[in-house]
Amino acid sequence: MPPYELRETSRQLYELGLRSAPLIAVSGIAVGVVLSMHTRASLERFGAESMIPAGLALALVRETGPLTAGLLLSGRIGAGIGAELGAMRVTEQIDALEATAVDAFRYLVVTRVAACVIALPILTTVMNFAGMFGGYLAENAATGMSLRVYFDRSFSVVDMTDYVPATVKTMVFGFIIATISAFLGFTTESGTEGVGRASTRAVVLSSILIIVTNVVLVRLIFFLFPQAAG
Amino acid sequence: MMAVADAALAHRARNADTGPAVRFEGVTKSFGSRTVLDDVSFEVPAGSGYAIIGRSGTGKSVALRHIIGLIVPDRGRVFVFDDEVSALKGAELSRVRRRVGFLFQNAALFDSISVGENVAFPLRRHTRLREAEIRARALDKLAAVGLEREYDKMPAALSGGMRKRAGLARAMALDPRLLLVDEPSAGLDPVTTDEIDRLLLDLKRQGGATIVLVTHNIPSARRLADQVIMLHEGRIAAQGTPDALDTFDNELVRAFMRSEHAG
Repeated sequence: MPPYELRETSRQLYELGLRSAPLIAVSGIAVGVVLSMHTRASLERFGAESMIPAGLALALVRETGPLTAGLLLSGRIGAGIGAELGAMRVTEQIDALEATAVDAFRYLVVTRVAACVIALPILTTVMNFAGMFGGYLAENAATGMSLRVYFDRSFSVVDMTDYVPATVKTMVFGFIIATISAFLGFTTESGTEGVGRASTRAVVLSSILIIVTNVVLVRLIFFLFPQAAG
Repeated sequence: MMAVADAALAHRARNADTGPAVRFEGVTKSFGSRTVLDDVSFEVPAGSGYAIIGRSGTGKSVALRHIIGLIVPDRGRVFVFDDEVSALKGAELSRVRRRVGFLFQNAALFDSISVGENVAFPLRRHTRLREAEIRARALDKLAAVGLEREYDKMPAALSGGMRKRAGLARAMALDPRLLLVDEPSAGLDPVTTDEIDRLLLDLKRQGGATIVLVTHNIPSARRLADQVIMLHEGRIAAQGTPDALDTFDNELVRAFMRSEHAG
């Protein structure tokens, strides 16, 4: 369906989304383990170790999951899009698309933006669950806590107002990553040196913008969903 | 009713394409302070071979890109058949581009899809053919350039000459009436250059396509072109048949035509 580029959007969902899943899952587990260890060290002093699953789940779902996923993906996806489109520009493949009567902007940029906006919330959810699983691994090693007990305690405090706004927020992250890196790739000049520059700038700019935008979005979430701040 | 009839007549007249295949009218193009084309005018008769020659950086490829609307002139007009390409955008420009094939200097194959998919790409985008027919046609085009066995290979696995032949197969996929060819012999050995020239010549003689060729290779220009223009410092320094340029009243032009592989 050329007007909507469904075929290319699906391909990008696979390339940018599904193929990022291992990175997100492994990173999520590692983040969960580390967070759990730090939280245990702090809460032990107050005898509140039983709060670890709930505290970790809230931290992951509200902030750590979305932001970490956003930053990791700005590295993987931002560099990928910047380099791919940059290389296509300097090897005249973008001109070849135009010469074949294809709207290169819609075919290359819009599809990637759509794929990123769709993929980010899904990958963030993967990150959240992987993080909780990492927390469970750490707790299980420390106290022998079962998986069922751990997740029961985790979900006892997390509700939809924690999950939905924070996860929807990552759609904005996806938009930022794809538009910045696609723009830089699309406008690449100066041969292979330009491709490297586009790729690096895509990662740096999208990471900074994600961090800054996150501040604004968190403020907006607190304004729209006051219970999410509680 | 009258308006509909007029529109139909106008549409038919547009499709009749009685004029030249390409027409430049006073085209000027600058990049920054550098004027690359300066008031350039010429016509390419339909069905002919036309070579644009000249030293590096004289605006040959820029002229070629104007023909397909990849570059828009600062002044002047560019026509392809009866359409003013320099004034078209969006769907209208796409309509013209579908009738034009473009072989890029480095072939510009899409490196994320196979060679066969590259050739099938224009068919998939612009026809309603079924999958089996698309594959059959793509194979036909690849067979015409001797690459039918490379259908499933990725472009990176091909040699420079094979890539160029695959690029030619893609450019021919929609049976264009006008084929633009940018430096077909660049980076190729003489044997492969001859092969590419032969393919282009067949396309012109048997398919009746108009070929506009940018080249540094004078033997190629002699083989393929009925008319040659030489660009120098953004202007047309000479224009005529290859034989006429051999005796042109300008030493630079004669020296260029004497060279086996200028530039």
